[in-house]
Amino acid sequence: MASPLLEVSELACRRGGRKVFEGLSFSLEAGGLLALVGRNGSGKTTLLRALALLVRPEAGTVRWQGIDVAAEPEAWRGRLAWLGHLEGLKGDLSVVENLRMAERLRGEGPPDIGRVDAALAAFDLWELSDRPARTLSAGQRRRTALARVVLADATLWLLDEPLNALDAPAQAAFRTALAKHLAGGGLAIAATHADLGIAGARTLELA
Amino acid sequence: MSGFTALVARDLRLVWRRPGDVAVVLAFFVVATTLFPLGIGPEANVLARIAAGVLWCAALFAALLSLDRLFAADFEDGTLDLLLLAPWPLELAALAKCSAHWIVTGLPLALLAPFLGVAFGLDSRAVLALAATLLVGTPTLSLIGGLAAALTLGARKSGALLALLALPLCVPTLIFGAGAIEALATGGDFQAHLAVLAALALVTLATTPWAIAAALRQAGE
Repeated sequence: MASPLLEVSELACRRGGRKVFEGLSFSLEAGGLLALVGRNGSGKTTLLRALALLVRPEAGTVRWQGIDVAAEPEAWRGRLAWLGHLEGLKGDLSVVENLRMAERLRGEGPPDIGRVDAALAAFDLWELSDRPARTLSAGQRRRTALARVVLADATLWLLDEPLNALDAPAQAAFRTALAKHLAGGGLAIAATHADLGIAGARTLELA
Repeated sequence: MSGFTALVARDLRLVWRRPGDVAVVLAFFVVATTLFPLGIGPEANVLARIAAGVLWCAALFAALLSLDRLFAADFEDGTLDLLLLAPWPLELAALAKCSAHWIVTGLPLALLAPFLGVAFGLDSRAVLALAATLLVGTPTLSLIGGLAAALTLGARKSGALLALLALPLCVPTLIFGAGAIEALATGGDFQAHLAVLAALALVTLATTPWAIAAALRQAGE
């Protein structure tokens, strides 16, 4: 078995004086998918935010290839693609402008047109590509945000309820994209209430 | 650096899509300054004497007016998380946001002020000096205002709190900005005032991006 790329050990987080979780340890190797399950408020989002260094953990470490990620935060953030509760779309920009802008804000040059087209196509966003994001439905916004995740071409996807508001074809598109990402050696951690539908996914239950 | 220019370009494009937001700020500036002659009376020598102070105060209030949305919009739609997660320094992102704010508020205010200065009866030398002080001084207002906006992010009544935080910190800039015009009229040292304004701008430029980034990280938690 391959050695794990991501190792989390004894992680503990506190929110507003209350312990959300403690002593949390897991590891993930290339191609690995971890589903975070648990009731509302069990700390799934907090764990994702702690992994992304958005929340400072009270104790514990996150290591990538054996190196503490907090030591090189910028290199670590460059490996991440993030999908939060909020989609991070600008209502006044069109779908395709939002995708291009998100990619440029990652410090890359303007993204290759072929890659943007592929990300649009993966989530069936062709028809919507020139629509301002504020006119989109919840599911369409979610699809745009997922297209942004695919476009980022990052090693580790951190996804908070990726299936929220998605209809059946969009869920299938998401599974295809996720399977492709994992098959290419990528990793993913997703907080979810629904079955992600990927064989070999591990599950971590937060109490 | 490409992330910095991308963020400035994005904010300018967002303003371009909604030009009304900038128009309101500039209209406020014009209306607020024209209220003074109505309230004080039309004596030309009085108006010319208070013109610099009035225009500087009005520019300060106008800049504050647009600041409460500086980070709040990104906070509310989740793009702030994307900035926090970008693989380049958040301090640069803070600087980019304030730069974009200055381009769409400080710069047009400085360009508009001479016309209002003429209406107040300032002579041509004083009008040019007024524009120069505003050009050098308004970046300070954008940076200090950006810090106040970042600190009040997510707070209730953040607009009022922002003004309370930012206004005292803007006092030195206000004093030297308005004082420069006064110095010009009374034969004082205009260049020294301008140099102090520039020094204030450089000090805030060198310190506030770090403070803004820290406040944004705190807001992201």
